[in-house]
Amino acid sequence: MTDLALPARLRRPLFRPGIVLASVVLVAAVAACLAAPLLWPLDESAVDLARTRLAPSWAHLAGTDDLGRDVAHRSLYGLRVSLLVGAVAALVAAGIGGLVGTVAATCGGRVDRALMRVVDTIAALPHLLLGIFIVAMLRPSLAAVILSIGLTHWLSTARIVRSELLSLRTRPFVDAAVAGGASRTRVLTRHLLPHVLPRIALATTLMVPHAVWHETALSFLGLGLPPHLASLGNMINDGQRSLLTGAWWASLVPGLLLVAVTLALAALTGRWRDRLDPRVRAELHL
Amino acid sequence: MTSALVAHQITVHYDRQRVLDRVDLRIAAGETVGLRGPSGSGKSTLARVLALLHAPDGGHVALDGQRLAGVRHRLPAAVRTRVAILFQSPRAATDPRLTLAELIAEPLRATGTPREAARARARELADLVGLTPDLLARRPHAVSDGQLQRACLARALVHRPGYLLCDEATAMLDASTQAHLAAVVTDYQRQHGAGVLLVSHDAALLTRWATRVVELPAGGRPTG
Repeated sequence: MTDLALPARLRRPLFRPGIVLASVVLVAAVAACLAAPLLWPLDESAVDLARTRLAPSWAHLAGTDDLGRDVAHRSLYGLRVSLLVGAVAALVAAGIGGLVGTVAATCGGRVDRALMRVVDTIAALPHLLLGIFIVAMLRPSLAAVILSIGLTHWLSTARIVRSELLSLRTRPFVDAAVAGGASRTRVLTRHLLPHVLPRIALATTLMVPHAVWHETALSFLGLGLPPHLASLGNMINDGQRSLLTGAWWASLVPGLLLVAVTLALAALTGRWRDRLDPRVRAELHL
Repeated sequence: MTSALVAHQITVHYDRQRVLDRVDLRIAAGETVGLRGPSGSGKSTLARVLALLHAPDGGHVALDGQRLAGVRHRLPAAVRTRVAILFQSPRAATDPRLTLAELIAEPLRATGTPREAARARARELADLVGLTPDLLARRPHAVSDGQLQRACLARALVHRPGYLLCDEATAMLDASTQAHLAAVVTDYQRQHGAGVLLVSHDAALLTRWATRVVELPAGGRPTG
C-alpha cells in the first residue's frame, strides 16, 4: 500500500532499504578509512597502561583494550588495513584465477589438462599451510600477506571461469558467431567473457571477507602483520585475551565492524550482478 | 569450378554411437534441397557439418569444388561466411547481451566493417526481413520468437552467403511468419543464386519449397 504511494522513481529497486543501508554502511566505512588520518590524527598504537580495559564511555566510545588503546580509534585504522589487504588480495586471486581459467578453456588439450592438474595439486594442499610457506619465504609485510592470500585463493575462480567458458562455448550463439566470421579473440572478448565477468566479480567480492579472515589467521600465528599494527584480525585476536575479564568490547567492536562491512559489500554485489543480467534488468523495470 | 556445397561420405559418432554413416549430400548453387528424417537421424548434425561447425569423424566437405581441411577457426573467415546457418531456436542462437541491431551487424563488425556501414547494412536487412526500426534497439528477451528468428535470418544474410542452411528454422513459428521468411529466402536465392538446405520433419513444407528431398533414415544412409 505504501509501495503504491511512492513515486515511480523511489519504487525502483535501487532505493530498496537494504540497498540504501548497505550503500550507506560501505560509503561511510570507506570514507572513514580514507579520512582517518585527518579525523583522528593520533597514534593508534600508543599504549596507555593507566587506562586498560575501560568500558565504553563518552571519552572512549568503544572502550579501551588490555594495553589502554582506544578500541574505536584502533578499529578505524584496523578497518583500513583489513580492507586494503582483503580487496587487493581478492583482486590478485581473481586476476590469476581468471587468467588461468581462460587460458585452460581456450587452449584446451594438453594445456588445459596441465593447468587443471596444477589447480588440483594446489587444492590438495592445505591452503593455510601453503600461505604460511609463502609468507615465510618473504619478509613479514603487507605485500607478503597479500601475495600469500592471492596465490592460494585463485583456484575456485579458475575452475568457475573454465567451466563457464566451456559450457558457454557449446551454445548455438557461439556457433552463430563462428559461422559469421568472428575470430577466436572476438568470440572470447565479445561473446564469452562478458557472460563470465559477473561471476568473477561476485567471486572476487565474496573473497574479500575470506581474505580478511585469512589475514587474521596469519597475524594470529605471528606470520602476518606485526602485532602493533592495527588490523581487524589482530584486534579480534587481541580482544580474546580480555574476554574472560569481562571486556567484551575489545573484540566485539572490530568483529561487528567486519560483519557490517562485508555484509554491505555482499548485498551490493548481488545487486550489481542482477543489473548485469538483461532479463533480470527487464523484470526490474530499469 | 563447380558451384556446390558437398558432403562426401560423412561419418559422425557421438560416444561411439554412429549418427551418420557415410552420408553424401550435394547442394548446388540455386537449388533448394530438403532434408527429412525422424528425430535422432542426424539431420542437425549433418547441417552443422555442412555449416563447417562440426568436424566429421570420416569424410569431408567441399565448398565450390575445394576440399576443406578442418572446421570452425581452422578455416579463414572468408570461407566460413560463405555458408550461413539458421538454427531452430533463435533464443539459443542469439547473445542475450546484444540489441537486435548489434546482433545483425555483428558478423560485419567481426570481419572489420566500420560501425556506420555495418549499422546501415543491418537496417537494410532488418527492413528486408520485416523488422520495424523500433525493434532494433531491443534485446532478445524483449521480442517474440518470430521477431528474433527474423533477426537471425537478417544476420545469416549479412555476408551474402552462397549457401544457407535452415535447421528446422521455422518449426517454432506461426504460419504467416513462416511464409514471410520462406519468401525472403526464396527472393534472396533468386537474386544471388544461393543454394539452400531445408532441414525439417514436415513433409508438406519440404514438398512446397524444396526442389528435391533427401530422406535420412535413423542411423542409416540417405535415399532419394
